[in-house]
Amino acid sequence: MLRTLWYSDRLRSLVAQVALLGGLVGLLFWLGNNTASNLAERGIRTGLDFLSRPARFPISESVIRYDPSDSFLWAFAVGIGNTLWLSFLTIVLATLGGLLLALARLSGHPLLTRLGRSYVTLFRNIPLIVQLLFFYGIATSVFPAPRDALNPVPGVFLSLRGVYAPALEIAPGGGLFLVLCGLSLVGVALALRSRHLRGRHMPRALRLVLGVAGWAGFCVALWAAMERPIGLDLPELTGLNFRGGTYLSPEFAAVLIGLVLYTSAFTGEIIRGGIEAIARGQWEAGRALGLSERHIMFRIILPQALRVIVPPMTSQYLSTVKNTTLAVAVGYPELGLIVNTVTNQTGQALESILIMLAVFLTISLSVSALMNLYNARIALVER
Amino acid sequence: MTNNRTNATAQPSTSPSMVSRGVRIFFGSWLSALLTLLSVAIILALIPAFRWAVLDAQWQAGPPELCHGAGACWSFIHAKLRLILFGLYPPEAQWRAFTVIVLIIALVLATLWPRLWGLRIIGLWAVGLAVMLVLMQGGVFGMSYVPTSKWGGLPITLLLAVLSLGLGFPIAVVLALGRRSKLPVARAVSILMIELVRGLPLVGLLFVAAILLPLFLPPDWTIDKLGRTLAALTIFAAAYLAEVIRGGLQGLSGGQVEAAQALGIPYWKTVWHIVLPQAIQKVIPPLTNTAIVMVKNTSLVLIVGVFDILSAARSAATDPAWPAPSTEAYLFVAAIYFIICTAIGWYSQHLEAGVKARSH
Repeated sequence: MLRTLWYSDRLRSLVAQVALLGGLVGLLFWLGNNTASNLAERGIRTGLDFLSRPARFPISESVIRYDPSDSFLWAFAVGIGNTLWLSFLTIVLATLGGLLLALARLSGHPLLTRLGRSYVTLFRNIPLIVQLLFFYGIATSVFPAPRDALNPVPGVFLSLRGVYAPALEIAPGGGLFLVLCGLSLVGVALALRSRHLRGRHMPRALRLVLGVAGWAGFCVALWAAMERPIGLDLPELTGLNFRGGTYLSPEFAAVLIGLVLYTSAFTGEIIRGGIEAIARGQWEAGRALGLSERHIMFRIILPQALRVIVPPMTSQYLSTVKNTTLAVAVGYPELGLIVNTVTNQTGQALESILIMLAVFLTISLSVSALMNLYNARIALVER
Repeated sequence: MTNNRTNATAQPSTSPSMVSRGVRIFFGSWLSALLTLLSVAIILALIPAFRWAVLDAQWQAGPPELCHGAGACWSFIHAKLRLILFGLYPPEAQWRAFTVIVLIIALVLATLWPRLWGLRIIGLWAVGLAVMLVLMQGGVFGMSYVPTSKWGGLPITLLLAVLSLGLGFPIAVVLALGRRSKLPVARAVSILMIELVRGLPLVGLLFVAAILLPLFLPPDWTIDKLGRTLAALTIFAAAYLAEVIRGGLQGLSGGQVEAAQALGIPYWKTVWHIVLPQAIQKVIPPLTNTAIVMVKNTSLVLIVGVFDILSAARSAATDPAWPAPSTEAYLFVAAIYFIICTAIGWYSQHLEAGVKARSH
């Protein structure tokens, strides 16, 4: 009887699992107990009531309006806003950069391919934080004073105070103008594709040029007729600093440039891998069936390439969101830096750090969940 | 495959069609001409940086006054080399830190040799790491005692990378096995641990280790900052390694385990002698990628104030006697990381080529 019990698989697994669970609960209990007694000894009151007190520390820049008299809770929200804004910009720019890089590496041009490969090797093998500190060092010690600011592109000025670039100025009628312009573009595109026009014997390139020129002319006329609803606000040197335009602080500029350059190296490789994963035979088969190049690209190659690209791309986006925390090192006030400041100011380390971990876990887990849904939808249906 | 490649490179290089071929490749169509112009523009744009870093640079060792030109000031690296490489480690004991670097490189090189893989290499690492820690800390055999707060520079970076990977690996194996286990509790715990750590930024884990860990432990357990940072890096490495190892476990055909069961081999022996050797061998290239990631991640300890090579370079760059040397300092550190990571990457490619050649 005992012998059969000793060798019973079910009993063994049950005992093992109960022991594991018991050990884990015991460990958590022990940690909790230690924490409670440590906090009591240091006289730290735990709880989330400090969140409603005024924060009383400045945040150098934010996408959400912030004032030192706002609450700690609002300070955290401002940090989350900055983290998300930085992540969003990085993801958009690094996807474009990665696309260019992938095209360069796939171009088959010997020089450009090698340049692309060197770029990837260089930026992937140097830690991101070294790159961020490097760019921040350049932004704060190598750039000249505003008076002799570098001017690489008209309207863009690089100086010790940060980067000034032209800003888009939208007057009250601007929205309407953009909508009309967009609608007319759609109209031109539809007209170009219509059978009626295609029937005329006109070269395709000429039709395209005429269409674009007509659209551009219409938009310029509309812009003048509506009394310039959209304009560029150029930064101007007045006295010791610039006025107008878009301003990027040295911290933000360094972090954004560093993140985009670093992430592009990874997104570029993901996109290249996805396109290369599609066998050449797919193109050839499409051509043999008499499909147009555009049809092959959009109906055959891209859907298959996306199936390969999207999963690693999502995890790259997620690590980009997590990588924004490195901005702590140069002092851009994203969530990590706010948490650090709050911890130093209030001693509420446990709560602040747990808030930070919860925010990142929420982002990671919800994106992963969406990703799994998407994967299930586009997964190859095998018969 | 290899034959094709050798043929392609062995083509006569002085054939009269060279020029016309070059013209065709670079200016054959309007697109290739455009791409050529683009590449040339990029290369031209890089010339000022090259001039700054090489041609106009001051390469001689000497005082700060040497650097007044427009070029890079490599004299700064000469002057601060000791601080960047060894941090605040006492100069008279510096040979010990240097020996640690040499030992780590020697052990890594030994590990590259597949014939040593197995228990022998593990034993070698264990002995080697014990020797290194004794060398760094001192206090015995007539060596002066050096507290971890004085450790710094390259030895810290290398030790953190090697120790986090080495300590993380066994944890990763257990987590990966747990995630594939038939026991629901073991599976749930493993998934929770792996996804929790992978969902968090390393900076968050470092905050927990540096600030919260002392709160979690009894007051009389004092672990210094270096040890706590190492704990965070180890857990982080373990979660990522576990996912790589899980890939290897999934790639293993179920017949292997079933055959072992049919022979009556107990579970742990099956895992140790049959499952793990095959699973790990399959995932050595991605494992080396994780190694690269971890080497790069050690630089994050700067955020919690551990004096690794990057923090050493940053503090060296604050010396007001030198004119704005942060660019040179970070480039030097970047070069060291680049050499380490590229070397691991080459090794990974070499292994992958070997695996491919064997599987054909």
